[in-house]
Amino acid sequence: MSTQPGGYYLPSPSHWPIFGSIALFLMAFGGVLMMNGAGGGTATLVVGVLVMIYMLVGWFGTVIGESESGKYNKQVDVSFRWGMSWFIFSEVMFFAAFFGALFYMRVLSVPWLADADTAALLWPGFTAEWPASGPAIAEQFTPMGAWGLPAINTAILLTSGVTITIAHWALKENKRSTLNWFMFLTIALGLTFIAVQAYEYGHAYKDLNLTLESGAYGATFFMLTGFHGFHVTVGTIMLIVIWLRCLKGHFKPENHFGFEGVAWYWHFVDVVWLGLFVFVYWL
Amino acid sequence: MEAVHEHDHSHDHPTGLMRWVTTTNHKDIGTMYLWFSFAMFMVGGVMALIIRTELFQPGLQVVQPEFFNQMTTLHGLIMVFGAIMPAFVGFANWQIPMMIGAPDMAFPRMNNWSFWLLPPAGTLLVLSMFVPGGSAGVGWTMYAPLTVQQGMGMDLVIFAVHILGMSSIMGSINIVTTILNLRAPGMTMMKMPLFVWTWLITAYLLIAAMPVLAGAVTMTLTDRHFGTHFFNAAGGGDPVLFQHIFWFFGHPEVYIIAIPAFGVISQVIPAFSRKPLFGYASMVYATASIAILSFLVWAHHMYTVGMPVEAQLYYMFATMLIAVPTGVKVFNWVATMWKGSMTFETPMLFAIGFLFLFTLGGFTGLVLALTPVDVQLHDTYYVVAHFHYVMVAGALFSAFAGVYFWLPKWIGKMYDETLGKWHFWLSIIFFNLTFFVQHFLGLAGMPRRIPDYSLQFADFNMISSIGAFGFGLSQLLFLYILIKAIRSGEKAPEKPWDGADTLEWTHLPTPAPYHSFETPPTVK
Repeated sequence: MSTQPGGYYLPSPSHWPIFGSIALFLMAFGGVLMMNGAGGGTATLVVGVLVMIYMLVGWFGTVIGESESGKYNKQVDVSFRWGMSWFIFSEVMFFAAFFGALFYMRVLSVPWLADADTAALLWPGFTAEWPASGPAIAEQFTPMGAWGLPAINTAILLTSGVTITIAHWALKENKRSTLNWFMFLTIALGLTFIAVQAYEYGHAYKDLNLTLESGAYGATFFMLTGFHGFHVTVGTIMLIVIWLRCLKGHFKPENHFGFEGVAWYWHFVDVVWLGLFVFVYWL
Repeated sequence: MEAVHEHDHSHDHPTGLMRWVTTTNHKDIGTMYLWFSFAMFMVGGVMALIIRTELFQPGLQVVQPEFFNQMTTLHGLIMVFGAIMPAFVGFANWQIPMMIGAPDMAFPRMNNWSFWLLPPAGTLLVLSMFVPGGSAGVGWTMYAPLTVQQGMGMDLVIFAVHILGMSSIMGSINIVTTILNLRAPGMTMMKMPLFVWTWLITAYLLIAAMPVLAGAVTMTLTDRHFGTHFFNAAGGGDPVLFQHIFWFFGHPEVYIIAIPAFGVISQVIPAFSRKPLFGYASMVYATASIAILSFLVWAHHMYTVGMPVEAQLYYMFATMLIAVPTGVKVFNWVATMWKGSMTFETPMLFAIGFLFLFTLGGFTGLVLALTPVDVQLHDTYYVVAHFHYVMVAGALFSAFAGVYFWLPKWIGKMYDETLGKWHFWLSIIFFNLTFFVQHFLGLAGMPRRIPDYSLQFADFNMISSIGAFGFGLSQLLFLYILIKAIRSGEKAPEKPWDGADTLEWTHLPTPAPYHSFETPPTVK
């Protein structure tokens, strides 16, 4: 049995995964009860979320402890890099499904519904244009303009990509104070983005009558920006964890995958936003 | 590269149930995957028998049509996500670290979670039968708009699919990382056993396809409960959009199931032919080509939805193109056997059964790829026969081959060869009895997923139902063979198969120790 330092670290049996499974089961079951108006749904869902938070804190706490006590060698580090890369690839494919739905509706299904033969049979007088809420949604809405708050949000998110890169350079040159300040700045920009996005949703519902139920445009607008906003929120929580670790003196100039993984994730949500800005808001 | 096992110097293993709940060992996790898969195979099998009981005679005898629909749905979902996929992940867990000379999987804790997500998901699926309105009666393909009109059972199915998807994605990330990063020195990519190659490619397919399915069922959920109009023309959406997104996942899914089966067969046939695999490099490239093509052919499942003829032509030719790399593989397996010193133990019998029947299923796939023919055969029993030839005689038979082949290495004991051969012959006879006649039913126009049928289909349906019960009961023999081998099997020789030449046979004792390759072997 090998116990030499520098080997590939294999963790001992762990009880964290089963907590995650229990949490997901409760969240799924509670969610179903809630959506169908059955009793106890919300409570079950909340318990599930709490167990999930407990699991995430415990599991990541264990990993951070192992990392700081030097149990991960170079090869483990490479594993983490592959793992994070493939995880981000899976996220890209998730967003691709929703972008696919957007393009399909804009380019195919909405024009088809306005096609002379189809329209004559189904909804005479429907003309294809985008943004559209479809031929049979009576309520009118105003689409979200691109060059107000969304453009500002684009600038905010792109700036946060710059600040996290400056923080990364500072970490590599062991300038801890710069690192901590630019991490703080990145988090502040992330939180600002989320706040602006929340304000924009309120504006859409209150002033523009643009809701999830506004047909093709409303569905794709809110699902795409909603999932993106969720990812920004998760990314911001990850940034806060990393920032707290920076303040505690974690990470070394030559060994800081935790930091880099979060930075990759942050750049990923940044790139998705660019796609959103161009195809959902602008064009 | 050496391995550090924390528990060896800090604390001991939990025992009893907690050993299995908390384990981070790839062999423990592989074992759980395989038993879970077998249990689900039984559950899904009982559902298939309920279907075949109802179809034994024309008219409605045993179940209500709504329940029949739920059975076809859950049978499909449970067999695909609960039985076949976990079986091959079980093989991957056991075999990949041993075959590439690694100490374990790259992320042992996440490996545990990948498995332990399956029981909650399976529970949600089974639970869906007991809520008001029953489970989803929509078919495993979950087409809109029917899914939007279902009761809460549909929501349970949606979340089960989400959790199963998470499990597959985490398992796949683990497998890809293990293969790319944990190979022993000298184990270059083109020296990896073909089983490892097929899993590398399968894991890539899973990571690319499963999130798309998650997107599709999420849209279904929001259409059901949150007022979106993805699949509703009134809001500018389109029910066909669901089919496009679903089959963008669904066609790669076919190869997610088939490609690891190719991998097992590519280990078994050389071992019992006592020759190296013919055309190793071409096998790797053929597998990769199949994987790439699998993302470009999805609409051949949808020829009848009203596609432009140009699109039909493209999908027809692209689909038929897949026959080329598949033909390369079948040729290579046959060429491996050519002039080999062959013996016919149970694993080899299942491999040869696979070769005949999978190829037959491939040919009917070519028939269905032809648009004008498919328009006639779409949603008939011909399609059911076709995909059971590739799913059962393809994937399941290769899983049987793999279990018989590696069981001595896993438990250090031999199975009963005579009973194994009985299992093979009973399986192959009853399989053909069940499914061969379904080709005729489909050609004659019997629609699938309907609990009743016209009188002229009665004879073939009766034969098919008898075959199904025979096939189902034969699998109890498989369970008996496994238990007998585990409890009182003869001690296995160090290397029971002369021609097996991968690391688990050449560099590890039999049975394989709990931790394989503390110190990596050097591969020449």
